[in-house]
Amino acid sequence: MDRKTWLSILAKADTAELSALWDALALAPAFSWLRRPQIGAVMVQGRAGGTGAAFNLGEMTVTRCTLQLENGPVGVGYVQGRDAAKAEIAALADALLQTAAAQAILDGLIEPLRAKAQARKAGRAAKADATRVDFFTLVRGEDG
Amino acid sequence: MYVAVKGGEAAIDAAHDWLAEERRGPTDIAELTLGQIKGQMSLAIARVMAEGSLYDPDLAALAIKQARGDLIEAIFLIRAYRTTLPRFGASHPVETGDMACDRRISATFKDLPGGQVLGPTFDYTHRLLDFKLAADGALAARDVAEDVAEAAPDTAPEPMPRVTEFLNAEGLIEPEVDPGEAPGDLTRAPLELPASRALRLQSLTRADEGFLLGMAYSTQRGYARNHAFVGELRIGTVPVEMDIPELGFAIEIGEITLTECETVNQFRGSETAPPQFTRGYGLVFGQTERKAISMALVDRALRWKELDEDDLGAPAQDEEFVLYHADNIQATGFLEHIKLPHYVDFQSETELLRRLRQAFAAAPIQAEAAE
Amino acid sequence: MSQTHILSGGFDSPATGSAQAFRAAMEAMARPGTIETLSGGTGPAPLSDAAATLLLTLCDTTTPLFLGASHDTDDIRAWLAFHTGAPIARREDAQFALGTWSDLAPLGAYATGTPEYPDRSVTLIVEMPELSNTGAVLRGPGIEETTRLNLPDPQAHQANRALFPLGFDCFFTAGNRVAGLPRSTDVTAQPVAAEEV
Repeated sequence: MDRKTWLSILAKADTAELSALWDALALAPAFSWLRRPQIGAVMVQGRAGGTGAAFNLGEMTVTRCTLQLENGPVGVGYVQGRDAAKAEIAALADALLQTAAAQAILDGLIEPLRAKAQARKAGRAAKADATRVDFFTLVRGEDG
Repeated sequence: MYVAVKGGEAAIDAAHDWLAEERRGPTDIAELTLGQIKGQMSLAIARVMAEGSLYDPDLAALAIKQARGDLIEAIFLIRAYRTTLPRFGASHPVETGDMACDRRISATFKDLPGGQVLGPTFDYTHRLLDFKLAADGALAARDVAEDVAEAAPDTAPEPMPRVTEFLNAEGLIEPEVDPGEAPGDLTRAPLELPASRALRLQSLTRADEGFLLGMAYSTQRGYARNHAFVGELRIGTVPVEMDIPELGFAIEIGEITLTECETVNQFRGSETAPPQFTRGYGLVFGQTERKAISMALVDRALRWKELDEDDLGAPAQDEEFVLYHADNIQATGFLEHIKLPHYVDFQSETELLRRLRQAFAAAPIQAEAAE
Repeated sequence: MSQTHILSGGFDSPATGSAQAFRAAMEAMARPGTIETLSGGTGPAPLSDAAATLLLTLCDTTTPLFLGASHDTDDIRAWLAFHTGAPIARREDAQFALGTWSDLAPLGAYATGTPEYPDRSVTLIVEMPELSNTGAVLRGPGIEETTRLNLPDPQAHQANRALFPLGFDCFFTAGNRVAGLPRSTDVTAQPVAAEEV
């Protein structure tokens, strides 16, 4: 799995699920801050007609931070919403994923988060599918 | 003219205390939690996020609670808060074509790839009050989960291509191409007219829903020749991707719910363009269907110049009128300020009126004399 | 380790750090020629702490920045990308420009605003060997009578003053010291000899 994929999974993770899985890993690596958790906004863009000129749709809240483990790697956390603890976990996980502990983080955190997100998505897709409809056009009398 | 007034601190404090008490309501009834507002007033959350122009359901819930359910007040709180946030950057444009759709319907094509999906809609309800909801603890709707368990599709959902692409393939609709320009941002630079379509769309997506609905309705009733079909309406989630400078690549930084509406409109053609369908576009935060359709209609009406159409003098065609009056926070700020102390202004008006009346009392004689 | 070097040097506490720095920058601009202390940010050499702090406080992804040759290094670019996100731009498109006085020239290339929006103009951050209240005489808003600042090229500011209300504004930085020179200040060159009398 590449870094872009795991960072994206961490960014979209449900906070409660993320903390529970992280706590279960019982890791407390020593680190120093390069950028303390900071709450900010990202301007989300759309496109006219879905494919045309870009326009500014509105902002969303994001929390970010950067830290460095004592033994070297730099971890970056960018997560949706306003949650310093969530960003910190994401950055720690990102840093550890660049170390020998990578497999444990993948198995204990990233894969379960991905599975949960996928299950949620499948659940919604199934609900949507249950509302799929076929419309029939009927011949109207007055048209003869 | 603004004149400062002093005093009233104790009265203002007392008013705020009472406001807090009224917001809380009777204490023998449990206080609303943000989770309840977020989970059960989700369409109010969507409106506050869309018009507050900040996607954060938790903040929207807090704003609604603090504003006692006054959504414009809640939007005001969100707008004020968002100005305090540092801007980390702009996302890539969201790919609504890849949306994970809760709802996707077309009023122009009956059969379309991906199908028509109704989603959690008020359409086809009878608009009869459901008194079972008034009875505490009753579960009104049957559990959808059971049906879903039976369906249990393990396969990936069918792709849902854009409806306008079918027309585009035949050349029946104007193409929508990306000129690759960075869009202007009306939260950073004052809106100047004429505005680009990008700025108009930004203005419309955060506009007051009621204002936009009225404007859109006027186009349907004939105030701008603008016969629209809903080519496609989709509601669902899309990931938001952004370049992270320190990483040197883009990551998904979150996922948001959007409502998108594409209208297909008639166009006779001009000297330079053949007869073809044209487009109106709406894209709004959250499940905000009425707003997205309204936005698409007003977007189309405002495009008369670039499509070489006639100015019919309709309000919805008037860029200045629409864009300068669509923002409910600007509007309410200016509207409501007139209830605040204007004692000095009024005193001077009163004195002026007295002088005019004195002059008037003296004038008829002169007027008669002149005749 | 070079990555750490690039990623460190931000404010310890961004909210208070940037608020204090903004206050100092505002004071410097409001009282032209007054030399203020400005610190909190540290960037790769040759960036001064005062300039680093200004950049952290004033720049973000919406403020195109021109880098003079002296400051256009990979380390400074990477440091700016992490801490500010400011896009690196040509002189013509820049809202801020950073460099030594000679690297920032030609001054005619920068935006000086429009009559409707005079604020759409560049702010120069000029790195100096040192700052002292000597040399050119400054008069104008924010200065009680006169003050002095060791400006590298007083004539340039006279020409800039003539454009008012258009024009550019300057911060001069050295170490952890900063002085402001807005477009509204009247600058008179003072011969060194006269000063020594």
